[in-house]
Amino acid sequence: MNDPFTTHLDGNALAGPLADVFSVDPTTAWRRCPSCHLPSSLGQLHVYGPGPGLTGRCPGCADIALRAVSQPGHLWLQLGTGGGAFRFHLPTSAP
Amino acid sequence: MATPDTGAGRPAGWRPAALVAREKQTATGRTLRFDVPGWPGHLPGQHVDVRLTADDGYQAVRSYSLASPAHGTAVELGIQSVPGGEVSPYLADDLPVGAEIEVKGPLGGWFVWNGSSDGSLLLLAGGSGIVPLMAMLRARRDTRYDSPCVLLYSVRDPQEIWYADELHSAEPFLTVRVLHTRRAPAGAARPAGRITAADLQGLPIPADSRCYVCGPTGFVEHSADLLRAAGHPADHIRTERFG
Repeated sequence: MNDPFTTHLDGNALAGPLADVFSVDPTTAWRRCPSCHLPSSLGQLHVYGPGPGLTGRCPGCADIALRAVSQPGHLWLQLGTGGGAFRFHLPTSAP
Repeated sequence: MATPDTGAGRPAGWRPAALVAREKQTATGRTLRFDVPGWPGHLPGQHVDVRLTADDGYQAVRSYSLASPAHGTAVELGIQSVPGGEVSPYLADDLPVGAEIEVKGPLGGWFVWNGSSDGSLLLLAGGSGIVPLMAMLRARRDTRYDSPCVLLYSVRDPQEIWYADELHSAEPFLTVRVLHTRRAPAGAARPAGRITAADLQGLPIPADSRCYVCGPTGFVEHSADLLRAAGHPADHIRTERFG
């Protein structure tokens, strides 16, 4: 946050923007990078700003994993490319 | 229903938060305590997004870590004032006690310690990266957790230490080592300098300890590399960068 133009944050910073559209915490979602095959959680992505447009990249090869842009009243979200889908952990159902 | 990965409440949009108290930690570091009606609780390591709205409707959003375990509607945030920053200098020194801002949270299920994890902890903090780790240390203390814990706290000089009194109080099973990067106190055995592999050797914790690293991006990258090189499994290392 000190200098968002030259350094990166990580996927923890996506928790807030994504919280409004996910019913589970998104930062524990898992993926395997289709380019370099590195597994990572969404929280481990390297995230480049500055907000309100955030790009999450593979921590291994910098391939784009997601893009999120916040607007008043809207969230634009591109999740994964190619085989780079995210696996979300569903809440356990009440018995 | 509580989610299994956070064990705490779900964020439910923006909530009003009234500033109750401000405490100076360093020349530019502050902890701010807010009262947030309806706060659903949180886990150590989680953060909130803070939203400020100007008179003309302009809004700015920033993320700040929660510094204390959940306690009713009290929410304590650590704010490092960034020179020239749009939000942090205002929060650090200008927001009047009693004034309201908005918070969204608790946020994040990745960089959390759920308190029930077995085993020991290795915490690495760079500067104000101590804030979410302090929530873990306080939760540990509150529950009289009896597994060993080591905090390596990297600061530029002795004046940059947050929570100095609290960290210096003797606590069973907790080892605190301050790593000065630019100026060490007179007589310090360790010369000033960034964290090295030597700083990770001989710590009174096992190699399979859970590791949490928080600080500026450069510190986090370097520290995580050192942890992996020292044999800590990658899936035991959780990191949070704040730029």
